Amino acid sequence: MRRLAALFERLDATRSTRAKTEALVEYFRGAPPADAAWGVYVLMGRRMKRCVGAAALRQWLTEESALPAWLVEETYASVGDLAETVALLLADRTAAPAESVPLAEWFEWRLQPLAALPASEQRALVTGWWRELPYLECLLATKLLTGALRVGVSRSLVTRALADCLDVERVGVERALMGEWTPSAAFFESLARPAAVAHPDQPYPFHLASPLEGAPDALGARERWIAEWKWDGIRAQVVRRAGSIAIWSRGEESVAERFPEIVAAAAALPQGTVLDGEVLAWDGRGVLPFASLQRRIGRKAPGAKIQRDIPVRYLAYDLLEADGADLRARPLAERRARLESLVREATAVAGGPGAGGWSAIDVSPVLPCGSWGDLAAAREQARVRGVEGLMLKDAESVYRAGRQRGAWWKWKLDPLTFDGVLLYAAPGHGRRSNLYTDYTFGVWRDDALVPVAKAYSGLTDAEIRDLDRWIRAHTREKFGVVRSVEPLQVFELAYEGIAASTRHKSGVALRFPRILRWRTDKPAREADTLAALRAVLEAPRG
Amino acid sequence: MHDDLILATPRGLYCPPGDFYIDPWQPAARAVITHAHADHLRPGSAHYTLAAPGEAVARRRLPADTTLTAVPYGEPLVFGDVRVSLHPAGHVLGSAQVRVEHQGRVWVVSGDYKREADPTCAPFEAVACDVFVSEATFALPVYRWPPTERVAEEILAWWRDNRARGVASVLFCYALGKAQRVLAELAARTDEPIYLHGAVASLTEDYRAAGIRLPVTLPASEPGTRPRAYAGALVVAPPSAAGSTWMRRFGECSTGYVSGWMRIRGNRRRRGCDRGFVLSDHADWPGLLRTFRDTGAARILLTHGHSDALCRYLREQGVAAGALATEYGGEH
Repeated sequence: MRRLAALFERLDATRSTRAKTEALVEYFRGAPPADAAWGVYVLMGRRMKRCVGAAALRQWLTEESALPAWLVEETYASVGDLAETVALLLADRTAAPAESVPLAEWFEWRLQPLAALPASEQRALVTGWWRELPYLECLLATKLLTGALRVGVSRSLVTRALADCLDVERVGVERALMGEWTPSAAFFESLARPAAVAHPDQPYPFHLASPLEGAPDALGARERWIAEWKWDGIRAQVVRRAGSIAIWSRGEESVAERFPEIVAAAAALPQGTVLDGEVLAWDGRGVLPFASLQRRIGRKAPGAKIQRDIPVRYLAYDLLEADGADLRARPLAERRARLESLVREATAVAGGPGAGGWSAIDVSPVLPCGSWGDLAAAREQARVRGVEGLMLKDAESVYRAGRQRGAWWKWKLDPLTFDGVLLYAAPGHGRRSNLYTDYTFGVWRDDALVPVAKAYSGLTDAEIRDLDRWIRAHTREKFGVVRSVEPLQVFELAYEGIAASTRHKSGVALRFPRILRWRTDKPAREADTLAALRAVLEAPRG
Repeated sequence: MHDDLILATPRGLYCPPGDFYIDPWQPAARAVITHAHADHLRPGSAHYTLAAPGEAVARRRLPADTTLTAVPYGEPLVFGDVRVSLHPAGHVLGSAQVRVEHQGRVWVVSGDYKREADPTCAPFEAVACDVFVSEATFALPVYRWPPTERVAEEILAWWRDNRARGVASVLFCYALGKAQRVLAELAARTDEPIYLHGAVASLTEDYRAAGIRLPVTLPASEPGTRPRAYAGALVVAPPSAAGSTWMRRFGECSTGYVSGWMRIRGNRRRRGCDRGFVLSDHADWPGLLRTFRDTGAARILLTHGHSDALCRYLREQGVAAGALATEYGGEH
């Protein structure tokens, strides 16, 4: 653990990619293989199942610190991170910290067995660690206990460092680390022979698109590009191999059990097939809002009713593997042609489309628009179709790992916007923990302001400081850490979509609201009305 | 309370029987000053009284024609029927607590203070009093300062690492007090010259003139035609220089920030610095509590910072505590 703490400190102390890579390589070289394997697990942001609740940890922290509970809460609110609060309050109080325990032992003999123990034994063990660990190890151990530890290195940086240190191709390492794997010395050693670790369900690293700024004319000849709708669903790979079917989300979560309709349809695919595409909520007329899909994602084992109310559908736009052969190095145009015939045959095997006239696995259509101008016109229809915009993909492009500029572009719609009035503010978390940065905005319903959106981002650091000062000087009431403020400041907010909601007082829920600008020029009474927002909600869907 | 010796008024902390203000934020006839930081020493008052060691830096921050009386620590002054004396606060050079005595009652206004040793100023003196008016800048229990030697060694190790990589180390410190304290700590550990930003340089000369041992310092001027003039060097600059065009002269550099706020990781990340060094000229949580005990005060009044939390905590511990509204920022 001490080695991981030292790595964490080094990564934290630099912004240079080169220095970070060096630190990672040295860590992987120096750590025993079993520890290095767990190090990879931590660095990739993997998390154990949470075995101790945050409420219990806070309780133990309060008891250990011998401070009043309210003061621990207030301190936690100011620090913004529970593990850090624990380490700041409890670590380094004894002169001689405990000897370092290897990372693998931490996971396998300390953290993982904790789940099976009664609360009193958990408490004794955890508070014992808090007492004896030096600051950074106390912070890391508590972070691992509460879930993921964010280290601030990208996945590609970790795989690059691993490839450097093992002297193998990065692509092989990337692939070996997809899907599920168990950290062990043997696993780490096998990374040096990537072919050996492939397991039957393993997906491929996703190829990611970059946002297109400005007009697409700059991309050159229209014929070179394949245009598709940009769906607002869950990006996923369907893996059909050796008698098994898996669905992997971009977050590398196995989500097959949530979408039995898609699994059933995938049974008709030939063995040795991997599709890339999007899971969507779909009724007879078209795609449903993302909020509907979210209800499905929430169910690990969806019942018959919810499957009937919110059916799902998978629209594929790429074929990564066919007949067991990796097609990623073939041009997109060729992959797509094979995708279309493969899915057509599978649908025929399954006995044609389902009762509603559509199949649970289908191909996302290529848009035929002849010129960039036609395409721009099509993009304008995106909102009524319930999609986010267009994808533009180079017909010659190979399928690579990670975000690749130039080959795939997402050409999204401009967001919807409204002007809202700042009503409440709360301190942020992490790096914004002692500034008021979590804002709630309202719009007018008759003569009252109704909260409609919370937003955390979009202002510059200087604006955040100014607004923080304004909030402190114009507080009306305090409710715990939340303050209500005088309703005077207007902000222009962007959002991606709107849905009816019974959980919100306003009756609407906005998707991904964020601040576009501080409208210091606008008086509060000129902010938008709830009726105007509802009008967007009720606009007809195509 | 009605007959309190010091009151929070719109102009500043006021002593009615002595008819003077302590660190007023609006112009007053007579201002007694605890120290020269901008939120405590503001121009415009008719007459200033402050501790003698702080005179040079205070004059630098006031108009040339300002009327100012500099008194040695401990020397009694009389305003009306009030006896006033200044006592070291250990915050920065010349920082003072103001002891106010009237008809057998003693109040002490701390200004800002710390309990850790500091080679650039006289150590904090615990003054027995009935009422102690304290700052509360870092009044949360997570603020516990690491030993100064450890932080000084961390700064030195960081500088050496950067030198090994051939890049400059730019260390942001508050220009008055913190910068000189860091320089003095480094002077005890290295003979190498250290480069200073202009805003730090003149105040550093005042400290040197006061007889404080400091390292050789050089102005961090434009490098001219010398390529990589600052490779491997340590530069001390005020926080306002961060992200400014002034930084361009150093080329590739590592940045550090010295402040008690660096105890919290989020604060360091928000600053956008590579390293945070936890060194403060304010009292930490244990330091505040220890000081209240040391003064023997029956009542504690808190001015700026996390005063709400500390006030409630003290009351729950059975200490009479309250708040005095001030306009001190104290966030440096």
